[in-house]
Amino acid sequence: MTHLSIGIAYIFLAPLVGGLLMGVDRIVSARMQRRVGPPLLQPFYDVAKLLQKDTIIVNRLQNPALVCHLVFMIATGFLFFEGSDILLIIFLLTLSAVFLVLAAYASSSPFSHAGAERELILMTAYEPMVLLMLVGFYKVIDSFSFYTIVESGKPLILYLPGIFIGFLYILTMKFRKSPFDISISEHAHQELVSGLTSDFSGRSIALVNIARWYEDVFLLGLVYLFFSFNVLGGIAAVLLTYLFEILIDNTFARFKWEAALRSAWIVALVLGGGNLVILYAFMGV
Amino acid sequence: METLIFLVAFPLLPAALLLLVPNNGVRNIVTRGSFAVIAAASVYLLWQGIGAQPAFYSLEAGLIDEGMFVIEVFLSALIFFLGVKYRNYLTSVFVTLQFALMAVYEFVYAPGVAIEHNLFVDKLSIIMALIIGIIGGLICVYALGYMKDFHSHHHDMKDNRPFFFFVLFVFLSAMFGLVFSNSLLWLFFFWEVTTICSFLLIGYTKTPEATRNAFRALVMNLSGGLAFAGAIFYLASQGLTLELDKLITSPHGLVMIPVALMCFAGITKSAQMPFSSWLLGAMVAPTPTSALLHSSTMVKAGVYLAIRLAPVISGTYVGDMVALVGGVTFLLAAFMAISQSNAKRVLAYSTISNLGLIIVCAGIGTAPAIWAGIFLIIFHAIAKSLLFLCVGTIEHRIGSRDIEAMGNMFAKMPGMAVMLLIGICGMFIAPFGMLISKWAAIKAFLDVGTLMSPILILILAYGSAVTVFFWAKWMGKIISANTLFAPRDPMNDQISWDEWFSEWAHTVLTVAICLAFPLVSQWLVEPYIAGVYGKDFDLTKSMYMITFIMVVMVILVPAISFPSQRNSYAFGTAYMSGRNTYPGRVFDGSIATRKQATLKNYYLQSFFGEDKFMKLGVVMCSCIILIMFGVAFI
Repeated sequence: MTHLSIGIAYIFLAPLVGGLLMGVDRIVSARMQRRVGPPLLQPFYDVAKLLQKDTIIVNRLQNPALVCHLVFMIATGFLFFEGSDILLIIFLLTLSAVFLVLAAYASSSPFSHAGAERELILMTAYEPMVLLMLVGFYKVIDSFSFYTIVESGKPLILYLPGIFIGFLYILTMKFRKSPFDISISEHAHQELVSGLTSDFSGRSIALVNIARWYEDVFLLGLVYLFFSFNVLGGIAAVLLTYLFEILIDNTFARFKWEAALRSAWIVALVLGGGNLVILYAFMGV
Repeated sequence: METLIFLVAFPLLPAALLLLVPNNGVRNIVTRGSFAVIAAASVYLLWQGIGAQPAFYSLEAGLIDEGMFVIEVFLSALIFFLGVKYRNYLTSVFVTLQFALMAVYEFVYAPGVAIEHNLFVDKLSIIMALIIGIIGGLICVYALGYMKDFHSHHHDMKDNRPFFFFVLFVFLSAMFGLVFSNSLLWLFFFWEVTTICSFLLIGYTKTPEATRNAFRALVMNLSGGLAFAGAIFYLASQGLTLELDKLITSPHGLVMIPVALMCFAGITKSAQMPFSSWLLGAMVAPTPTSALLHSSTMVKAGVYLAIRLAPVISGTYVGDMVALVGGVTFLLAAFMAISQSNAKRVLAYSTISNLGLIIVCAGIGTAPAIWAGIFLIIFHAIAKSLLFLCVGTIEHRIGSRDIEAMGNMFAKMPGMAVMLLIGICGMFIAPFGMLISKWAAIKAFLDVGTLMSPILILILAYGSAVTVFFWAKWMGKIISANTLFAPRDPMNDQISWDEWFSEWAHTVLTVAICLAFPLVSQWLVEPYIAGVYGKDFDLTKSMYMITFIMVVMVILVPAISFPSQRNSYAFGTAYMSGRNTYPGRVFDGSIATRKQATLKNYYLQSFFGEDKFMKLGVVMCSCIILIMFGVAFI
């Protein structure tokens, strides 16, 4: 019952947390660039304004696809915090991501089309690592459920250091941070205009932003699992991870897609696969 | 037992009728009627078999055996003759060797061999029979409309439809025989008949390319058949059993050589590397042939045999090698699918890849792995058949099977687009079947208990990431719009009723099986596994609810959100760097010209090029197969 209520709490609180985190992100990034930056609540103001704007669409299919993107993203997080099988949940996350890509394909500008292709390449790049991470969890805890992992009290980070670093690597892709912001970017210097979202406007863009808040909280929930043996330490580690991603974002130049794909696969193979093989060797097969 | 014999024998009746009465009206009626009868009979078999124990039957085999031997002599002579005529001598050599083995068996060992049960039916046979009867039957119905169109498009080819339909129904009969045979001799007989049927179907158009590819398929499958004959010869010469049920409960050491030979036969038939090229070559044939070979027959015979043998090879080095062949094929075929823009080739590579995964499950052979493998067979048969039929129809309408030509499908042929999308979703999106099976496969691989476990998980991790890429970009092409309000294609209304019926039936099945899979698991798959492994097992009970909710969501959310799109939104044109634009990506060029921007998908040739991966796969899998025989003989 408590698990269910945490899941429901996710539905209502995740956008608040996600929005605040994004506000923090914008302030911290600004300070790194010697700017003052927007107010903390700026992301909420943005979305409120977007919702009032006219929505112009290119294809009848694009907005419904975005609604599906949002709904399945919420479902992903809800089921995760409700304690369902994470392996199934990851497939749901993929489904949500596919809908975002489909919306971009439907909107048919050359920029959103190229963004969609690149987003698919990114998905191909990060998926092996995500799967290996879950397998690592299972190997240590023997379960795919959030609460079983938390209640086991095992310091996963000590068993899975390679997998954690590998996951940080692809987390940069999921957070759409430089050097991997090749499909959408919030920086002004994007050669693809705004990539995937080039042809979204008004409500459409608001939907994309809200879905992102949900996604960020879900992803940080995955990070938390590595440190779940200690609640405060875990939360601290999650925040540090977030700040680390902001730092990376501001210090790296964008990769080409070839480099993104190749490096992510190599990292997954060496750090993820290596960690897994060692785990199998030491913990018995 | 009557139902079994009926299912094997009945398709021969329409086959003969269709061959002898070359009248289009008669063909339509006979084919539709036979589909109804065959499908009903396979459902009746299900009704009889639910809750029943596996049943074994002994037939008075003397006359049947002799009849089969005569047919084998005739077919061998035919292939030998064809091999010489088309200067494909390897075919003749293989068939001679195979015939020699079987003739020696027939005259030396046969009198001493007593086969107790020739026929049997268990839950796995029932599943296969349903796939063959319903999916195979639907493909025959589809072929009515498709072949009519095909010959109106290709006037240069001789219209030999009576023969085509004759082979289709013989094929179904042989497949039924294959899944009901307990005697290895009968199994081998039907095995060879399916090889020859596929040879005839691939070569149907008689173009030089078709003939060449038909012979390639024949040679590769005959090499598997030769291995199968070798297995029978070995078993008989060692005085071992020639019955499937006894073979899989034999002590490991004794039967490893014949089992490895039969696994080899399964690998050739299910187009694993290095034998994948025959299935790719089979694409030259008309679409019903491809659909049949890829979904309900032929390749499914290969994986069926592998799944049957799984209990014997599970946990042995032979099993590990079989799993590795499947794993390498799964991964590399998925890579190669990315680089293809020809829709049929994408489907072919994806079939090879999925069969690879089934072979992995068979090679691992633990109870959860077999669960995953059987569900992969079921889901793949339905979704892949649907995709082939859609691509066939679209090809006749738009004159191309290139994915790049399938833009704007929603405006031109909305029904077709929806079916194609559902088929694609069925292949890779949660919680449709293939993903459920993949999920089960991951869980199965986790608990293998050897170092195979991390290797297979790595293979699966990369393979499934790539799968998402090539399916999603195809979906993107379908829903992208070249022109906003394209007129509905008038050709859309010319699709024959037979094609529509068959495709919609497939679509409904694709969705229905996702909702019904807990029942399939409870009634058929779990009892089969409990019977073979002697223990109950509930991999899935915990997740029925969550997958059910997911299926309902995946159907409902798009079904609600797409039609309920607000009409108040204004339509705009795509952004083109600030140029003046018009619907359909038309923009103002310089000096008052108007141009249209065209978009193409990524195929990443430099990363996932066909040549290098095909070579790599052939070399790797050949080595693994050699090692497999090595460890079998030790």
